[in-house]
Amino acid sequence: MNERVSEIVKFDNVGLRYGTDPEVLSDLSFTLFPGSFYFLTGASGAGKTSLLKLLYLAQRPSRGAIRMFGKDIITLPRVRLPDFRRRLGVVFQDFRLVEHLSAFDNVALPLRLAGAREADVIKPVSDMLEWVGLSHRAQAHPATMSGGEQQRVAIARAVIARPKMLIADEPTGNVDPEMALKLLRLFEALNKRVGTTVVVATHDVHLLKKVPNSLIMRLNKGRLSDPTGALRFPPRTSTVASAEALP
Amino acid sequence: MTELPTTAALLPDSASATGSLRGSVASRLLPQTRFGGPIPWVIAILIALVVVAAAGGLALRNLAENARADLSDAVTVQIIEANANLRASQTDAAAQALTGQKLVTSVRVVPEAELTELLEPWFGASVGSEDLPIPALIDVELSRRATAIEIEQLQALLESQAPGARVDAQSNWLRPVYEALAALQYLALALIALVAFATAAAVWLAARSAFANHRDTVEIIHLLGGTDAQVTGIFQRSVARDAAFGAFIGLALGLGAVWVLGQQFSSLDSGMIAGGGLGLRDWLVIAAIPLAGIGLALVTGRITIALALRRML
Repeated sequence: MNERVSEIVKFDNVGLRYGTDPEVLSDLSFTLFPGSFYFLTGASGAGKTSLLKLLYLAQRPSRGAIRMFGKDIITLPRVRLPDFRRRLGVVFQDFRLVEHLSAFDNVALPLRLAGAREADVIKPVSDMLEWVGLSHRAQAHPATMSGGEQQRVAIARAVIARPKMLIADEPTGNVDPEMALKLLRLFEALNKRVGTTVVVATHDVHLLKKVPNSLIMRLNKGRLSDPTGALRFPPRTSTVASAEALP
Repeated sequence: MTELPTTAALLPDSASATGSLRGSVASRLLPQTRFGGPIPWVIAILIALVVVAAAGGLALRNLAENARADLSDAVTVQIIEANANLRASQTDAAAQALTGQKLVTSVRVVPEAELTELLEPWFGASVGSEDLPIPALIDVELSRRATAIEIEQLQALLESQAPGARVDAQSNWLRPVYEALAALQYLALALIALVAFATAAAVWLAARSAFANHRDTVEIIHLLGGTDAQVTGIFQRSVARDAAFGAFIGLALGLGAVWVLGQQFSSLDSGMIAGGGLGLRDWLVIAAIPLAGIGLALVTGRITIALALRRML
């Protein structure tokens, strides 16, 4: 599990369809490198959430090959998936908090599932809740929290275990601009200090410009726009499309 | 403010954890229902039925074994002769002939007064008179159960001494009773098997329903890196708690019913019924029923959840 890999994720000609419907994702070929920061953009219905589902291992593709952390996850037995999922942090669009657990217990869940001792859970979770400004709501249940508070709990839960890859689906959609910036800085800190690869799906173009040197992946009707071939064969030291270049 | 809290955890060693969650953590992952659902009570009723059926089956087995032990090593010789003097002489001769046999351990001529006393309730005061002669009886204890050939040999031996003698193996008299008791025991076993099946079915339905109700939680746990073993463990805690509650309530109900039935039968004051009392080994078997019920529920719950999880990624 500690092997060094030159790529975090590699998609090769991946397609996804639900049942017998037409493909929602087609011919996706790209590579995500360790320590990079990616924005995934596209109109509603472009397939952003479907692509994220493939990334956080909630869905297997209908065709093509996916390698993650150096392993072919298509042929990986499902019993081995938890090992891979524990290296991911996910902020779901609908937060997916466990309703009958407090904010504290929700944030602590990844640590507990990974077998952390209870004594090693309390301080990190308390600090993380303090960082997202929810110390006073530690014992509150999701149903009693606002959308913004739930989103911050979801983000705290996603980053508490310092994942190798953070996948966030519209993570700033329910918070005010000040908190959105703060959360983005948290993702940046994870990316720069810990080396976490970050993939943020958003349609907020202003957000894209806040992270220098971030890479843009644009989805259009289930296909990645890749006019230069940079997504398929990305240069290690330059961006696919610089965020600063956006209007 | 932008810096990640320094205590945010790194999981170098624990990331490969696959074991169950700690008890207090696992118990919080599913909302607890405080035995409000029907399943603990369904299990209680089913376990109570098993306890009553098992106690009945064990009592019948004891009753049959005791009766068989009392009767199987003995034969009764009837001297059927209307003439009282002739009957008396034939009885003496038969008793003497039997006494010398290797298979025979004791011979007792049943006194006429004892026979009269036994039959008087049915035939009235005239029993044993010239008008209503009764056969003489000889109780013969054997060293072991006699085979059919040995019974025939005893019969042949007595032919010359007492032409009216008839040898009856006592076990033969009660064969229909034994067969009825055996049928009742099989019925009790079948009832236990049916109830065990019903218990497994109830747990299967409950586990499936619980899984469907908490599918979102299960998906979240999976997506956060929870293993099938961890998810199964969470549900098994719940199943074990419900099953344990139901099993011990059921045991109490069943024991209550057995005690009432025991009181009813003991008041019959019948020697045969007394042979159906339960011994220490029987009570241990009955005490094991709730444990077996909990075990069955746990296995059923585990299989049900494991099958449901296999349909998820």
